[in-house]
Order: sequence, then structure tokens, then C-alpha cells
Amino acid sequence: MSMTDAYGSPASDANPEPSGPRRLACSIRNLTKDYVLKSETVHALRGVSFDVPEGDYAAIMGPSGSGKSTLLNLLGCLDQPSGGSLFLGEDDISTMTDDELAEIRSQRIGFVFQSYNLIQQLTVVENIQVPLYYQGRLGPQERKRVIDLAERVGLGDRLDHRPQQLSGGQQQRVAIARSLVNDPLFVLADESTGNLDSVTTAEILELFDELNEEGRTIILVTHEDDVAERAKRIVRLKDGMLHTDEVVSDEQRNAAKDQQLQAVQELLARQ
Amino acid sequence: MIWLRTWKLGIKSLALHPLRTILTMLGIMIGVWAVIVLTAISQGASNQVQKQIESLGSTTIIVRSQKPPEEKLAGSRVSEYGLLRSDLDRILSNVPTIESAIPIREIRRQFTYRDRTVDGRLVGCTPAYADVNQLQTRTGGGRFLSDADELKADTVCVISAGVAEKLFPYEEPIGKRVTIPEHTDKYKVVGVLEHRNPSAAIGGSLDSQDFSKDIYIPMRTLRKRIGDMIVTRRSGQFQTEIMELNQITLQAREQDDVKPAAALIETLLAANHAEMSDTAVVVPLELLEQARNMKLMFLGIGILIACISLVVGGIGIMNIMLASVTERTREIGVRRALGAKQKDITRQFLVETIVLSFAGAIMGIVFGLLSLPIYRFLNWFAKNTMEEKFAALPAAIREAEPAIVIWTIPLAVMIAVGVGLLSGLYPAIRAAKMNPIEALRHE
Ligand SMILES: Nc1ncnc2c1ncn2[C@@H]1O[C@H](COP(=O)(O)OP(=O)(O)OP(=O)(O)O)[C@@H](O)[C@H]1O
Ligand SMILES: [Mg+2]
Repeated sequence: MSMTDAYGSPASDANPEPSGPRRLACSIRNLTKDYVLKSETVHALRGVSFDVPEGDYAAIMGPSGSGKSTLLNLLGCLDQPSGGSLFLGEDDISTMTDDELAEIRSQRIGFVFQSYNLIQQLTVVENIQVPLYYQGRLGPQERKRVIDLAERVGLGDRLDHRPQQLSGGQQQRVAIARSLVNDPLFVLADESTGNLDSVTTAEILELFDELNEEGRTIILVTHEDDVAERAKRIVRLKDGMLHTDEVVSDEQRNAAKDQQLQAVQELLARQ
Repeated sequence: MIWLRTWKLGIKSLALHPLRTILTMLGIMIGVWAVIVLTAISQGASNQVQKQIESLGSTTIIVRSQKPPEEKLAGSRVSEYGLLRSDLDRILSNVPTIESAIPIREIRRQFTYRDRTVDGRLVGCTPAYADVNQLQTRTGGGRFLSDADELKADTVCVISAGVAEKLFPYEEPIGKRVTIPEHTDKYKVVGVLEHRNPSAAIGGSLDSQDFSKDIYIPMRTLRKRIGDMIVTRRSGQFQTEIMELNQITLQAREQDDVKPAAALIETLLAANHAEMSDTAVVVPLELLEQARNMKLMFLGIGILIACISLVVGGIGIMNIMLASVTERTREIGVRRALGAKQKDITRQFLVETIVLSFAGAIMGIVFGLLSLPIYRFLNWFAKNTMEEKFAALPAAIREAEPAIVIWTIPLAVMIAVGVGLLSGLYPAIRAAKMNPIEALRHE
């Protein structure tokens, strides 16, 4: 088990006070998650510790069943850990009630799912607005913010379209806009490019790059090396434990980016 | 603000499946409709009976002659039955609580004036008849029969508006003489009456009376000039009927006297009439009580039907909401992931059921209110297209005029929304209790 994460902060440190120059978006210590079934107990996470500073861009990798989604769901406050601690900013979410978790989700977390998960009967604008809706913030400022975000992801001309009228890539852009609307502490993306072709994947990753450059913290789960290499850091899980945690050098990132661009251009040229 | 939004959202989700939504509302709609319409019918029926009985008076006792069963008359060509003048005397001398009595004889006859003819009813009665039956002379139309007419047994008559119209379309009837062909006498018109609406029948015991073709003459005149024996020609055969009185309308002193007096009269009459069973005592007060019971029964049936259909409506709503929760599991997961609390989800589904049941209730009210004009139209239509069949219907149906009882409307809405809330609660709570992660994974 690796006892230190990629930035060298000691994992055994029981005090999750932000150390070093950067504040932490989240910090997890010895996190475990068990699923108790009728016949057995599944240990999905068996003690994972690492910190994510603000502005980080981390990719979580690992074989199927290694606990990536479980970890991401815990980070997203969709579930409560079985053990260990999970700090979002200053707050320990492992002791929160269901309502408090819902509040945290609507205020501090942006989710981008693999299958977009837009609400079919709502328009683009309304879909982006949903997290604000549950904060009770629906004034004209918020509406302006929603429209700005739709424009930001390149859907300024589709404000009143419904999800069925959009392509997969467009739907995922709506989902990204929605994940940003509450100005979250971090954006969580679980295989968000898994359903997309390589051209659209490149577009979405470009968007993530831009967001990260603007200072947004991003944590994404992926199976693909070339997607992971666009991140600043790769965390690998295995059997519910932290396997490796390495920094991706800028050369590596640029190389991965160039390689993808090239592949896309070749693909477009062939058509 | 949140609530307003939730309402909009609820209506939007329902509008997504209009047919399903309308079918879901049907149960509630029928329930509300049933409450409104059935109470309106029972109210209408009871209003009518009430009006009728009030017009008869609550201290009134009516004794009527009725045709005895066929076998009692068999063998004789002359049918002799009914109330006797001696019955009246015995009642007056034996029942002290009776204040006044009007003997009445009614005969179907033809009336002529010059070359004009009209079929009508010749009524022998005393002056009090006009008051008891709310008959009024029209302005400048003379007077009703007087005690002096009765004493002298004069050949005078008072004619109803219908008769006046037929016999004297262009003339002033007062002072003219009307002839009854069968009896040669001429009767001088001393009064013309205002039009009076026919009285409705009460149950099976009192027929409706049409006052429009009546001619009233003093009782003593009728007895002296026409007598008790009436010969009528019907389909080529002469029929002879002997009857002294068709009816005696009695007034008791107090309302409390009515029932004992009626019972006493029944025993008095039984002595002479039990065998023939050719008389009947009708007490409007008792009818009023019967009518009240009938109203309660109607109300009971109405409430039963409404309850059944509201329960069915509730089950329908629960069923649809459960289906909708399952169908929208994914949406619920998404909403929960984006920050919806359990109570937000509960609220969302509850709002939908409230909208469903409320809309159902409103539709029920609209249809309930529309039922009245539709009913009137159908009634009018039946009256004008199928006259005979219509006339064969019981008077209670022919003449019933439903009256909507206002308080049933809020009551029905309250019940409907209550049912909607109750049946929507379980699906809504189930939706909220779902684990967001599992809901998100749902296909
Ligand atoms: N709700 C659950 N109930 C029981 N076991 C679960 C549940 N969710 C996940 N698991 C188990 O926990 C382990 C980790 O699952 P998880 O979904 O986190 O894997 P993953 O790394 O995301 O896999 P994949 O790459 O296939 O998405 C698996 O063994 C899985 O079977
Ligand atoms: Mg997964």
C-alpha cells in the first residue's frame, strides 16, 4: 500500500488541515466502503487515503470492480462511507445526514455522468438550472449565469431544445454546464467520455482542459490511458486500495493531446 | 417560490401523457360528479314533494274515492262506489279536531258555448275550495263561488283560464252562459280564474291535478241538477257510475291533531268501505316524512356510489403514481444527485397527485353543473318527441327538477383531494426513499 500520495503529503496524517501552499478541495483518510449483501459483504474500498488540492486535475484508473465508481460516489456525497474520513473543504461528510448531504451536493459538487443523465422533459436551460432549483435560487442573475454557461459549452443556440433533440456530445456539454452552475468545489466525471466517439471525446476533454486552466478542480474516472494522460495526475486503484498515484508531466500531457488531435484529424480527413 | 415551481413541474409532467392523465382523473371525476348530481336529484325530488305538500297544507287530510278492484264490481253494469255524504257527516260529528271540510265531486264533461266546445272537468265544491287549492280570479275576472251560491244552489259557474281561452277567445266570459250538453242546464259565468300550474303527484297516493280545464259549480247545484249517477259513453257502450263524492278535503285544527284524526277517520270509513276498499285516506304530512326518508335513501345511494368511485379513483391514482415512480427512477436519481432532498422528491410526486385529483374534481364539477341543462334538454326533448311514452313515466320522474346543493361542491373537492393525497403518499414516499446511486443505475 502506498503511504504517500503524489504530492508527498503523508497519508497517515490524522489531521487533515490544509498543508502546503494550496488549499485542499478534498481529503480522504483510510476510507472504506462495504456493501452488505444477504450472503456476503463486498469490500468495495479497503482504506484509501489521498488529498486533492484545489485546481487539481486527477484521473482515477483501475480494473473493473476496483472501486472507482464507489470512490467517486463517496466524493460526490451520494453515499456515506463505512469507515475513515472524507473532508470536503473543512467539512467531514462522513457524519452528515441525508438532507445535509443533499445540500452539499446542490452547493459544492458538479457531476458529469457517463450516460449524461439529463431530464428528458426539461429544456437545455432548465436542465442546467436543476442544482440551483434545489437551492431555491432562480432569480434573473441565475438565469443569466445559466445562459452564459450554455454559451460557454457551445450551446447558446439550443437553449430551448430538449435532450432528445441533441447529439451525445451536445448532451454531455449540457451535463458539463449543469455541473458548473453551482460553482462547485470540484467536478466529478465518471467515464464521461465512455459513450462518445473520439472526435467528441477530444472536444469534451478540451473543455475539461479549459475549465482546469480557469482553476476548476476536476476528478475523472476513466478506462482509457489517452484520456487519463490528459490529466495532471493519475490515481490507480486495485481491489479497493490505492495502487499508484503519479503526476503526469507536462510533456506527457501535451504528447497525449497532440496524439489525440492527430488521430481526430486523420479520422476527419478520411471522411 | 419553490412551491410554485413544483406546481409548474407537476403539471408539465402530467401534460407529457395527456391520455393517461385524463384516464387517471376519471375515477375522481365520476366520484365528484356522482356526489353533485345525486344530491341534486334527491334535493330536486324532495323540493318538489315539499312544495306540493306545503301547497296542500300540513294540517290537511284528504279522503278520496278510489275505484274498487274489478272483481268487486263484476256482475253489475252499474258501478256504485266511493265516499258518501253520510261519511262526511259522520266524520264531522265524530272527529272533533276537524275544523273544516270541503266535499268535492269531479266529473269529466264537455262544455259548450255557441259553436265552441272544450273537454274538461266539472267540479262541484264549496267556496273554500279556492283557498285550499290556491285558485285566484284574474283581475276583472269576477269572483269565486260564494256561500250564497251554495245556499241557493244557483246555476252559476267559475271557469278556469284554459276554458275561458277555448270558449271565449274574443269575448268577455262574465255573464255568458256555458252549456253542458248532457244536462241541458246553462251555467252563468261569475268568475274567471288566473292560470294555475298543475299540481304534482305525491308518490302513488295522490295523482297530479291539472286545473286548466275546470269549471267549478256549487256542490248543491251539482247534486240537485246532475245527481250522483253519471252515464258516460265509452267506445260505443254506456257506462253508469254512481258516486256521491270524489274527495273530501279536511283541515285539522293543529298539526299534532292530523295523525290521530286520520287514524280515526280510517276506522270510521272502514265500517262502510273496508269490504269494497273504495276509499283512501291521504295525509300529506306523512308523505312529507316518506319523502324525507326517500331523500335520505337517495343521499345514501349517492354517497355510496361516490365513495366507490372515489376509492377506485384513489387506486387509479396510486397505480399511476407507482408506475410513474418506476418509470422515472432514473430522473429521481438524477435529481437526488443534483441536490434534491427526500422531501423535495416527495413534494414533487404529491403535487402531481394533488393536481390529478384537483383537476379530476374540477372536471367532475363542470360535468355536474352541465348535467342540469343537459337533463333539462333531454326532458324537453323526450316530452316533445315521445309524448306518449313520456306521459307513461311516473310523475316524479317527469316533473323532477334537480337542484344543485352548493355545499356538496366544496365537500366533493375536499374528499377528492384527500383521496388523491392519501393514495399519492405511498408512491411519493417510496420514490424519495430510493437510494440515489441505485436509482441512477436504473434502466
Ligand atoms: N450497490 C452495490 N451493492 C453491492 N456491491 C456493490 C454495489 N456497488 C458496487 N458494488 C461492488 O463494489 C465493487 C466496486 O464497484 P465499482 O462500481 O466501484 O467498480 P468500478 O471500479 O467502478 O468498476 P467499473 O470500471 O466496471 O465501473 C465491485 O465488486 C462491485 O460489485
Ligand atoms: Mg464504474
